[in-house]
Formats: sequence, C-alpha cells, structure tokens
Amino acid sequence: MAIESEVLVVGGGLAGITSAIAAAREGADVRLVCHKRTSLRQASGLIDGLGYVPSRTDPYDADEITQRRKDFRTVRSTRGEYTGPLVTPFDGFDELPVSHPYSILGPEALRDGLALFDEMTGEMYLGSHTQRNALVPTFGGTIKPTARYPRAVEAGLASDSRPMAVVGFRSLTDFDARMVADSLMRAGVPFEVTGAEVEFAEAFGADAKITRLAKALDHDEPIDGTPARQALAEAVDPHLGEAERVGFPALLGDDYTTEVRTDLGERLGVDVFEIPMGPPSLLGLRLEDQLYDALDAEGVRFVTGNPVVGYETRADNPHRIDAVRVCHKGREVPYSAERFVLASGGFVGKGLDSDRQQVREPVFDCHIPQPEDRYDWFVDDAFGDHPYARFGILPNESMQPLGPDGEPEFENLYAAGSVVGGADIAREKSASGVSLATSLVAGRAAADSSR
Amino acid sequence: MTLSVVVIGGGATGTGTARDLAMRGLDVTLVERGNLTEGTTGRTHGHLHSGGRYAVSDQESAVDCMEENRILHRIASHCIEDTGGLFVQLEGDSDDYFQQKLEGCAECDIPTEVISGEEARRQEPHLTKRVKRAIRVPDGAIDPFRLCVANAADAVDHGATVETHAEVVDLVVEDDRVTGVEIERQGPNYLGEGREGQRETIEADYVVSATGAWASQIAEMADIDLEMAISKGAMVVTNVRQIDTVINRCLPKGDGDTIIPHETTVLLGANDDPVDDPDDYPEEQWEVDMMIDLASEMVPITAEARMIRAYWGVRPLYDPDPDSTKASGDVTRNYFVLDHADRDGIEGFCSIVGGKLTTYREMAESATDHVCEMLGVDADCRTHEEPLPGSSDISVLEDQMDNFGLRSPIARRSTQRLGDRAAEVLDTEGPNPTVCECEAVTRAEIQDAIDGVGADPNGIRLRTRASMGNCQGGLCSHRISAEIYPKHDAVTARDALDQLYQERWKGQRHTLWGRQLSQAMLNHLLHATTMNHDADPAFGGPSVDYDAFDAGRTDPITEESHGD
Repeated sequence: MAIESEVLVVGGGLAGITSAIAAAREGADVRLVCHKRTSLRQASGLIDGLGYVPSRTDPYDADEITQRRKDFRTVRSTRGEYTGPLVTPFDGFDELPVSHPYSILGPEALRDGLALFDEMTGEMYLGSHTQRNALVPTFGGTIKPTARYPRAVEAGLASDSRPMAVVGFRSLTDFDARMVADSLMRAGVPFEVTGAEVEFAEAFGADAKITRLAKALDHDEPIDGTPARQALAEAVDPHLGEAERVGFPALLGDDYTTEVRTDLGERLGVDVFEIPMGPPSLLGLRLEDQLYDALDAEGVRFVTGNPVVGYETRADNPHRIDAVRVCHKGREVPYSAERFVLASGGFVGKGLDSDRQQVREPVFDCHIPQPEDRYDWFVDDAFGDHPYARFGILPNESMQPLGPDGEPEFENLYAAGSVVGGADIAREKSASGVSLATSLVAGRAAADSSR
Repeated sequence: MTLSVVVIGGGATGTGTARDLAMRGLDVTLVERGNLTEGTTGRTHGHLHSGGRYAVSDQESAVDCMEENRILHRIASHCIEDTGGLFVQLEGDSDDYFQQKLEGCAECDIPTEVISGEEARRQEPHLTKRVKRAIRVPDGAIDPFRLCVANAADAVDHGATVETHAEVVDLVVEDDRVTGVEIERQGPNYLGEGREGQRETIEADYVVSATGAWASQIAEMADIDLEMAISKGAMVVTNVRQIDTVINRCLPKGDGDTIIPHETTVLLGANDDPVDDPDDYPEEQWEVDMMIDLASEMVPITAEARMIRAYWGVRPLYDPDPDSTKASGDVTRNYFVLDHADRDGIEGFCSIVGGKLTTYREMAESATDHVCEMLGVDADCRTHEEPLPGSSDISVLEDQMDNFGLRSPIARRSTQRLGDRAAEVLDTEGPNPTVCECEAVTRAEIQDAIDGVGADPNGIRLRTRASMGNCQGGLCSHRISAEIYPKHDAVTARDALDQLYQERWKGQRHTLWGRQLSQAMLNHLLHATTMNHDADPAFGGPSVDYDAFDAGRTDPITEESHGD
C-alpha cells in the first residue's frame, strides 16, 4: 500500500529539514525521507549568507593542461579579484550572475530563510541582531565572513578588539595554535593574539577522536585522577597572559557544551569560545541534533536510512510525479504525494553523481547543465573558478527544476539545497544561505500549490 | 688530493652514482633542480622488472633486469614488495607469442612457470574469465622514493654533499674541458641553506649528467648535440588494491597493459608516445581513458575502482640507431654511458642515458667505472654487496609492531616504510598522533622528513607517502603544514600548504568523476569554506575593514541586545 502525504521531501540535510518545516508552516501535511542524515558532520556549523563575490572566468576557457610546473605563488596571484568580504550578504547580490539562485530568487528569500533558521535554532545561534556579517577566526589561521554563528563561537569574533589566546592540543594535528595566532596577526586582526600548544587528555592515546574528548568534558571524567575540566583549565591557565578571551578547537563538550564552556570560563576568568573545525565537526553535529528536534516539534514525520531508488509518473502525464520508490530492506515501497521537494544534496551528499562521461541527478534524472568534455569541468588553480563547483539543477523562481528547453521538467517537483547549481558556495561563503533561501521557496511553493 | 665529481640529477641513477662514487672515495656533490625523485624517478610505474617484458624484443635489457632484480632483493629489500608477476594470455591472444615469451625468458635466465587460466584466477580472483593461461615471472613492485632517498642518505654517509633545489644553469667549459657547473638555487636546500635566485659555481674534476630525459638540455650547455628519444606514459592510481600480483598482458606491443599493486593502491599504465620537451607536453584525457580500458580487459573490476589521480612520466630513452627504429615502443631500454671526450671532443664530462629503474644500480656502476677510469682511480664497486640504509636488518621490521604507542596497522606501515630506521625515527618525546589517515603516517615520520628535506612539502610527501591516499591532501595538507611550524616560520609553513594542495590538485584533475569528484568538492568546502584559504587577506586575498562587521555582544552598535 502506498504511503501518502501532501508534500514529500527527499533528503535529510539542512535543505530537506528547512523545506519540510517551511511547507509544514504553510499548513501542508509533510513527510521527509532520506538515506543518510546530514552532511553537517563535514560542515563548520557556521551559517554563511554571502561573504564574497569571486571574479568569474569563462568556464570553457580552461588553460590547456600541460606538464609545465606552475609556481603556486603565481597561481595564487592570478586568481582574480574577489569583491568582499561583504559587510552584509545583500551587498553582493547585484554582482552575482543571473543563473545564481540568489539572482533568481531575490534577497527576500535569503532574508526569510535566515529568519526561519533563527526560529528553528532559537538560543543556539546568534547574528540575527544585525544584517552585517561576522568575521569568525578559522582553524586555517584567518577569518571568514558568516551570517549566523553558534553562541559558542561568539567571543572569538574578529571585530571584537579584546586580546585573544588560542589553545591547541599536542595530540591533535589539525592546527598548531601558535601558527594560528601568528597567521591571524598577519591577517591584520585588530587585537593581540597569542597561541599555545598544551598537554591535555594524552592519556586517551595519540589517536583519540575529538568526539571522545568532548564526551570526557561533558561528563567531567577524571583523566589521570583529575576531572577533565579542571585538568584542561590547569593546562591552559599559565598561557593566558593578557588575553581576555580564549579559543579552543570545537570540542568543548557535545550534549552539555554550554555548561562546559561556562565552567571553563569561570575557572579561567575569561570568555571561552570555540573555533569551527573540519570533520568530525562538533558544531555541525550539534546543529544536526537541533534541526531534528525542530523537525519533530513541527510534527513532520520522517524516515531515515532508506534510499529513494526511483519514481513513477501518472500514466496520462509523464510530467507529473505520482510517487517515489523508497527502498526498505530490499523491498521497494511507493511514497505518493501531491508535491515533491528534492533536497538530496550535491556531490558530497550524493545528490549529484558522475562517471567518466557525465554528471547526473540520480533520483529524477533532472537536467544538469554541464560541458560535454570532462576536462572542462575544472580549471588548473585548485581554488579557481571551477565549473564543477557550480554544477546542479537550474531552477525557475518557484524552484522548479528546468529541463534543457527551459521549461519545468515536472509539474510538481521543487529543488532545494546543494542539488541546485549556479552558486560557487565554497568561494562565495554562501553554502548555508543558498540552502536556506532555496529551501524556503521550494517548501512554500510545494505547500501553496497543494492547497 | 681527493678528486671531485659533480653528479647532475637527483633521481635513482644520479643518487646511485653519487653513492657509488662516494663509496669509492671520491669527493661527490650531487645537484638536483627540485627535490630528489622530481624527474622521471618520481613518476615511474614502480615496476621491478624480471626482464620478462623485454625477453622477446630487447634481450640485453631483459638480462640486465633479471640480474639487478636479484641484487636489489639483497641491498634494497625494504623498498621492494615481492608480488611476483604474471603474463596473461587472454582468449584471442597469440599462442605463438606466448611461446616466444617463454623461450625468450629461458634464454635470458628468467625463471618462469606456465599456469592454467583457472590457476591464474585462483591466484588473482579478479582476473577476467577470458584468461587462457599465464606465465609466472619474478616481477615485483619497487618504491622509487624510498630507493632514491636511501641511496642519497648513504652517499651522504660516505661523505657526499647533496644540493636539492639547485638547478644547473650552465656548464663551465675551459679549453674543451668541463671544469664545473653553475647552479641557480630554486630555494633553500634540504638543510635550509641558500636562498632562491642565488648563483654558485661548483668546480669539479669530472661532471656526470644523470639527468635522463633532460640530458640534451645539459649537454647543450657545452654545445654538445645529444638527441634523446624521450617518450611519455600516463599512469592512473586507484584507491583499492584489487590485485596482489603484477599483471602484464602477454602481447607483443606494450602500451598501457601493466597493472602494479603498490601499498594500498594499484597503478595502471602506461602508454608510450614520443614527446619533444620533458617539461612541457600535453596530459590528455584519451590517455587516462585508455589506461582504464586496457587494464579492465585483464581485470574488469578496475573499471569500477575509485581513481584518485593520474600522473605522467617521461622515459629517458636513447636511440643509438634512430634510422631503423619504427615506433617509440621499439626503442631499446638499454642504457649508454656517453663519453663526451670520445664522442664530442669535450673532456671531463659524460652523460648516462636510457635504462630502467630496475637497472639503475648497474647504470650507476657503469658511470662510476667510467669516471674512475678517466680520473685514474683504482677502486672496486661495492654497491651490489652493501645493503642500503634501512635494509640491513629485516628482523627490525617485525619487532617494532607494538612499540612507540602506535596502533598496529600504523606501526606495520611505518616500519615497512622506515625499515631498520624505525626505532630511531619513532622514538620521540610527546604524543605521536596520525597526521595522514589515508596512508597512516604519524607525526614522528613527518618530523623526520622535515629534518631531512626542510619545509619542502613534496619532499615530505615523497618520503612518507602522506597526502597520497584517497583524500589527496584534503584532510592532511594543512596538518603537514602545521607540523612544519615552528621549525619554519608561519609564512613558510603556509606556502608549503598551498604548494602541496596545488600539487595534489594537479593529479586529481584527471580522475575527477564519481567518488573522487565528491572528495574534491569536500576538500574544496573544507579549504575554501571552513578555512577560507582562497580569500585569506594575509596571502593575496582582499583586505578587511574589521570595524565594519558584527562584533557580537561587545558591539557598540548592536541593534538588539543578545546577552546570555
């Protein structure tokens, strides 16, 4: 028997959850189905709106690939101009190309998307008090503009002029805190930064996971007889100097992070903040938990762990999707709905797939504009204007995927998040913003039309 | 007075020659324009030949390969993986050629064993069902990086000087005699000495050009006309080891039909197409596609594998008789010591060209014999007897498994790489976390490499294999950079990151589909989004007006209070 709903969302990441909630708030009966949950484990946990508009090069004008050794400094200096960092995300909208989702949807979509995010995350995130971007220190030793940031990150903002200390752990390899401090000074931050590498939790062994250290701090486990938080405070205290705030790699607890941060702050007598990290990203994982709580609170039913393997259209209308087929332990179950939102992710989330010949969207086989020759998918500079980074569905202003003829491929399909193309999310620092804006529009459109 | 020799070229032949000369008591300086192995040596297939491949068409090379194969097992065991090799005959492949191959091997003293298709598939279950039968030969895999580093290290132990990042820009020629080389430093050498752009002259009683594919360019500096027959080959790297044996196709024409297991990967390759300039030739899509297609004829599952990158190398071939050679694949793999006094009337200078990685030691011995003869030095070669550093005591490899607080797979990999140096390298103070997870490289090894090559990230990579796995540096290039600090300053450490990240990108571009394209996007998001390294104001990015941005709760112009 088919499972029915008014709106069915495919995908369980930031985009899927946001579109589901946006649709539910319009009064629609919404169901969400996804294979894996989010790729937020990989993400910094910052909610970028738009930080830069990088200059574009003609994607079909990629350099001839030769063996000639390229000096990386030349590559760096010929990357092209960036407009930014943008004081507000909206400052850059006029410069974006017409195929950018922000150009298609307009600034209201981002504004409303961010507002919905603020409601979904409540006290956990800050930044909504102003349109301006915040500059957050990165573990790569520089700063980046972002629109919303976890409360845990706030005391580290680079427009705050208080002197800063950065702490690293000798057993963690992702950064050297002294180098981060040195590099932040080179980036011109308006305060003194010092760095120290301290001995902490080495009893856990050289390759203890970040999540293991977070748990130890959550539960204040004794390490060699000393409670974890006390041990950490004692290790850090001698290195604080004149600093009025101290930054740690984001591992200060998981379930009880506010408590851990407050406790450390009291012991050290300074504000404590976290620096967003790469995978496994605790800031990302904490956001994931919060989003699923919000989804629950909205009354959206969801199933995870089941891939969507195909779809069915109406016998009399190949442009109207009747159901998607969801794989339940090898058995295919149809999920039918009036409207569908595709929020299956980009290359990282497997919402886009590719082989030597072409890039595909595997669920509905939506049109993905792309150069025919795969050597035109990239440019030679690793940080250049890569066509692959912008691959995805080209939508209309209702977020309906457009076919090669410029017409919607299906009457009742909407797309949201990284499966949508046109944005260079990594270089623009726009990933979450594009996701929120497209999800808001797709979710609302899917709900409205099903009234 | 000790006689001095300059060896140009830091590949296997150059480092091998420097070692041999130093062991025979000469004062040796080796100069290399990049890091060791930067030329052909670092871009080979890593095939330890039995000679079987040349047993029909090029028997002189085949005999040399088998002899050196036996010697390398004695002196360089920690650089070799004894995989064995198969020449497979598929349905439709010539029976006559199979027979010729067997007879050729017998003539060249290469041990063989013919096995049925079923037995071949029992040994390598992923071989195609189309395999009719196969010839077992003693092929293997050899790590050219470890080999080259071990030769250079031993040369230094015998008193040689090694100058990396020192490009020869001219030969000093006086009265038809080469009396030295002029170098221009491309950066500090591995000891951190010297700076970019600095020029120096190194005098020598004799100069050996072991520059292989670049030999014409060096010879031209003494107005010597030396025409090479260089050819390129593409190799594609998979992320899984689906076979454990070197697989060759038993066909007369050798173009992209060898699959070699290396550590956790398999290398597919390589075509053979002539090029003009060893520094500038096209790397083409059809080559990558051809390597995958040909390999999957023998081992179909390779077509499904995740390809992590592709790279190209240039063979240093020399054709003594170009008029009778038809195609690049027919050029002999034999080597030649070209005495430029005899050949061109320029004294004090020879070039060693042609040959294979497998025969590098013999080439070095011949070049050294020649130098000794020219300089009147009477000393015997010992390089075939004395093991390379790291190879002398096999038991050390097994004993180190659980020492140094390493998890055992990591300990195993580390000790395989380090040989009997493991104890010395891994015995450090403080924690020894894993820096490169894909290849299981720990901090101690990275630090040891930094001590050896300085802040040169590609040198560190070649010594340790760090950043050479699935993620292609996405998750570890910044960690390697952090290890470089504070031995070197923050700018140097950051430059090293950019250099390594770009170098890794260069090879990945050719395999940018499927899971590797997903990996590329993940890397891009980590380095550009999370770290913002593309727009860092300290390294070429736009400058920042800090006061214009949100300052959080201390912000004097906060529109709305958000205190705790």
